Amino acid sequence: MVVFKRLDGRKSEEMRPITAKVGIIPNADGSAMFSFGKTIAIAAVYGPRLLHPQHMQDPQSAVLRVNYDLLSFSVSDRKKPGPSRRSQEISKVTSWALTPALDLKEFPNTVVDVQIYILQADASTRVAGINAASMALAHAGIPMKNLVCAVAIGKLDKELVVDVDKNEEDFKEGEAATDFPIAKLANSNSYTLLQMDGNIQPNVVSKAIALADKACEKIYEVQKKALKEVVESQ
Amino acid sequence: MSSMNTSSLTQEMLVRMFAAGKRFDGRKLLEMRDFTIEYNVSNKAEGSARVKLGKTEVVVGVKMEVAAPYPDSLDKGNLMVSGDLLPLASPRFESGPPKFNAIELPRLVDRMIRESHVIDLHKLIIKEGEKVWTVIIDVYPINDDGNLIDAAGLATIAALMNTYIPNLDEAGRIDHESKSTKKLPLTEGTVPLSFTFFKLGDSLIVDPTREEEEACEGKINWGISNWKGKEHMLHSCQKGLEIPLTREEIEFMMQTLPKLYDDTLKKLKKFLK
Repeated sequence: MVVFKRLDGRKSEEMRPITAKVGIIPNADGSAMFSFGKTIAIAAVYGPRLLHPQHMQDPQSAVLRVNYDLLSFSVSDRKKPGPSRRSQEISKVTSWALTPALDLKEFPNTVVDVQIYILQADASTRVAGINAASMALAHAGIPMKNLVCAVAIGKLDKELVVDVDKNEEDFKEGEAATDFPIAKLANSNSYTLLQMDGNIQPNVVSKAIALADKACEKIYEVQKKALKEVVESQ
Repeated sequence: MSSMNTSSLTQEMLVRMFAAGKRFDGRKLLEMRDFTIEYNVSNKAEGSARVKLGKTEVVVGVKMEVAAPYPDSLDKGNLMVSGDLLPLASPRFESGPPKFNAIELPRLVDRMIRESHVIDLHKLIIKEGEKVWTVIIDVYPINDDGNLIDAAGLATIAALMNTYIPNLDEAGRIDHESKSTKKLPLTEGTVPLSFTFFKLGDSLIVDPTREEEEACEGKINWGISNWKGKEHMLHSCQKGLEIPLTREEIEFMMQTLPKLYDDTLKKLKKFLK
């Protein structure tokens, strides 16, 4: 088979340069930045704090409340500020992706607010947001069983690639572009986010997941390092 | 946040029954309920269908409008999917701004239809760069007895296969009076369908009743087609709820989905006109 060339010269399994920083928003109880190449996500955690209105409280656990959105100038065509159906859906699936890592039973009737914003979008924004939020939750000292690591696997025609960027998302040849964001608890067999758009054969899915596993191992190391840095500097 | 949760007794019972491969209604874990499809729910719609999947009932109507193309796709018609969970269909649905489930349902249908390219949007140009057809699909549950999304998928494809593009009068306006014989252009051989697996304990089931659905702790929706009649192709996926899935569970679904699809397509074909 011909070796597939990605537009920016990366190898199929190569992610864009990853950067992560913890403790970027002094007001927040926990905060972090995560970026895949030009995609930059920041996240802040506030809480656990008393949840109002009272009828939304859970007497057995804290409630995780996630808000994901693009800042208006993070995309080519200005995004109208305020929630869209897309951002509401991503907020929800992000909350589902993070919850299995958390132990919220210690904080009944409270809410843990996770605010995720994209400063600059070059695809893979929801997974960058999940990686940032996972670090911010740890930074806030919320009891966690594990970190959550996320990456978008792509399929361009028949070739699987790791960490899709915007150019790749717009790929139109052959079987065109497939975007397959995946999140998991680090170093585990627990997948907490699976979404997909495009064209992928059922027997290719496990190959995509194996690629995500490898990428998530690297992401986990970067997340741990960023968390250690902030602890050591204090 | 449902105010009408299944009792934990029912849930414990279902965990045990599913583990033994059994269900209250005698079905196997991966067995869909029988379904029927009727057409012409409304003669004002350009296409419509009603699906009854067990006691779950969903109607889908397709309206066609003349509109400007989107700036980033001047060479294509537009597709919009919307809908609502009307309080008509269940004591659990409330009026007011759409809650998450009401947002998710049309978005899942949208992705399955859009990504499969079953509608040939390139053939929906009226005047290049200026005027195109917008296909608007509206999904409304009439009775919710579980698995609305898969019922909505069936109703959507059935409605699309019976959608006609209205005639335009001399001024370019839609002529609702004359009967059109021009069918909506669909991609030959591609029939996208939705299948959602639900997880309770260590078991995976499909097509839950309302009671089963409420007891389940995890779910994942797949949009799949027989892409241009060539091979099974997944077009969309969304995992829901907080329970993680394992690699083995994902692989199990990948092995079972093609047969589920083929069996359901065979049943669907009996109702196609």
